[in-house]
Amino acid sequence: MTDMVKRKASEAETALSQQFMQARDALPGNTAVAELRKDAFGRFDAAGLPTRRVEAWHYTDLRSFMGTALPAAAAPDNAALDVAREALAALPQPACRIVLVDGVYQPALSAVDASPQVSVTALDDALAGADAQLVRDLTGDGCGAGDAALDLNAALMGGGAVVDIAAGANIEAPLEIVSVATRRNDAAIFARSLVRAGSRAAATIVERHILRGDAALQANNALVIRTGDEADIAHIWVAEGQGDRQLHIHSLLATIGDKAKFSSFGLLDTGAFARRQIFARFDGAGASLDLSGLALVRDRDHRDTTLVVEHVHPNCKSSEYFKQIVDGAGTGVFQGRISVSREAQKTDGAMKSQTILLSDDAAMYNKPELEIFADDVACGHGATCGSLDPDQLFYAMARGLPRPQAEALLLEAFGEDAIDRVANEQVREELTGRLRHWLAGRTA
Amino acid sequence: MSAPVALKIENLHVSVGETPILKGVNLTMRQGETHALMGPNGSGKSTLAYTLIGHPKYEITEGIISIDGTDINELDPCERARLGMFLAFQYPVTIPGVKVADFLRHAMTNIRNPDRKEGEELMSMRDFRKELRDTMNELNIDAEFARRYLNDGFSGGEKKRMEILQMTLLGPKFGILDETDSGLDIDALRVVSEGVNALRADKRSFLVITHYQRLLEYIKPDVIHVLANGRVVRSGGPELALELEKTGYKDFIAAAA
Ligand SMILES: Nc1ncnc2c1ncn2[C@@H]1O[C@H](COP(=O)(O)OP(=O)(O)OP(=O)(O)O)[C@@H](O)[C@H]1O
Ligand SMILES: [Mg+2]
Repeated sequence: MTDMVKRKASEAETALSQQFMQARDALPGNTAVAELRKDAFGRFDAAGLPTRRVEAWHYTDLRSFMGTALPAAAAPDNAALDVAREALAALPQPACRIVLVDGVYQPALSAVDASPQVSVTALDDALAGADAQLVRDLTGDGCGAGDAALDLNAALMGGGAVVDIAAGANIEAPLEIVSVATRRNDAAIFARSLVRAGSRAAATIVERHILRGDAALQANNALVIRTGDEADIAHIWVAEGQGDRQLHIHSLLATIGDKAKFSSFGLLDTGAFARRQIFARFDGAGASLDLSGLALVRDRDHRDTTLVVEHVHPNCKSSEYFKQIVDGAGTGVFQGRISVSREAQKTDGAMKSQTILLSDDAAMYNKPELEIFADDVACGHGATCGSLDPDQLFYAMARGLPRPQAEALLLEAFGEDAIDRVANEQVREELTGRLRHWLAGRTA
Repeated sequence: MSAPVALKIENLHVSVGETPILKGVNLTMRQGETHALMGPNGSGKSTLAYTLIGHPKYEITEGIISIDGTDINELDPCERARLGMFLAFQYPVTIPGVKVADFLRHAMTNIRNPDRKEGEELMSMRDFRKELRDTMNELNIDAEFARRYLNDGFSGGEKKRMEILQMTLLGPKFGILDETDSGLDIDALRVVSEGVNALRADKRSFLVITHYQRLLEYIKPDVIHVLANGRVVRSGGPELALELEKTGYKDFIAAAA
């Protein structure tokens, strides 16, 4: 059983091995962290980049998408910081903003002191003094364990931030985590950030990924959010900036405390390749989770949303609501696995994925799964995939709307229905604006 | 001197899939005229209405439809609407997620400015709101409906009123009402008929599809046609409706078969 034939490493896998070997001593962190990195890389090295044969990556064969592994991005210089400043100037000014440039936390570009209930530490500093608790927090206490992209991120992580939201804090304005990739040279980024929301804390966290420049980018980022007991945290993920030569993997690890509420919405509308993976686990009873997203896909773009929700405590409620619009020769993927353990009685779970395909070459792969071991639960899932309703189109056209406009109106309504899951009005408006922009790009 | 021809249908054959439904319809309407189209269930009245407005499911296998002398066989529904054609649907479509007001603003902008290019501004919100409010008022429709999703959860009668609201705002040159009266309460029937009568003018023509003589007391047609088994089997004056009320369609069905 033990003598598995070792497969031949791909060019990218070999490069990643070399990269890890060369960088391991210089990577931030104390011995506990070095141990974590070593284990993570060992797992990655044994399994390699995931292929179709790995169930969770069946529709996104990372090994063939990633022909090469780019070198880690250099620490941002002044020119990079200028690019970031310019990108930031275009954003609404939030009360609290944490800025990473090319994966590295930039206190000088961030604004946190305005909000004494939030404290931020550079990841590298936190790793230097990492205790068992930090290691546990940073890995989401085992959430997503075994995922190859996460292992790679854990092995090479650096640069992110650790954000603590005080217990009982009620942060009104969205707290932004802005990550600017300046893309001056072909490079890879492995950033990991951690948000620990204390008990009864309430906040909206907007995570933005902004791409500038035009060099190739391989970003493998992770955000861990630990929602304390009775806390109420909403997370929104957006990426902006075009580029064919980019590969973006983003992992969200979420643990949800007793009677807490956590939600996450992701808009996947740019870039040639994006995979958003969510690993969520309930760490207490009576809590609720709301995951949602909208993927807008065209050209030859590939967008994948893959999520795993683990119900391991009673009386929790989870809802997963995802919509996709796929045009051109684009590919959309939605995989959702909800597992309900024997202890998780009275679990209420509803998962739904809806897709509109706008062209014959567009493809969508749906794979919702329920894995239920408790007997007293209400769980369901559904996935639909179709074209725009021809009667609705006809009706709108019969009232004078040219086809592209009629389509845009119907598609906006379709997408808006997902965006409506976002509670924060200002964020919702921004997302709607981006949906309209994407739709306008269809007819331009 | 008679008015110019508004609509001319010549030997129209229409199929859905492989099934022929209209089998040689001939009908001519002049500008300013209102015609009624009656006939038994399944005789092809809605099929004719959909075909006139360009529903892709209905295939013209033979014949010509022209509006003001222009052959429209090849035009898409939007182009026909921009020529001033309007169909009040027998079964209006529900569009969840699209608010009545947004839909109407798009429709009015396009109909009023047929040369509008993609991406150009919609009509001013102020003008639009005022006109919408006034028209809803006239038609006795609660302003709240403007904020609801189009026909979503509307009662049958409410949907019909929405159709008339749209027709009034778009002011078509050639309007088709497909059983707009069915499902309307007595008051609504009066309001809707008054709405149609207010639109009637020298240059506007209406084709009113109905099963009931009662509507034709409010909207007095110039000509009544009877469609049976995919053909116009008889045309006549208003007295024809009264005759049908007494005798029913059995003679026509027999004649058409
Ligand atoms: N899309 C369609 N698919 C299949 N059959 C159709 C379709 N549309 C119409 N038909 C058939 O064509 C015939 C005529 O239908 P149509 O709706 O035009 O009748 P109608 O005269 O409007 O009837 P009613 O008075 O009941 O409204 C019917 O037999 C109907 O079943
Ligand atoms: Mg009918």
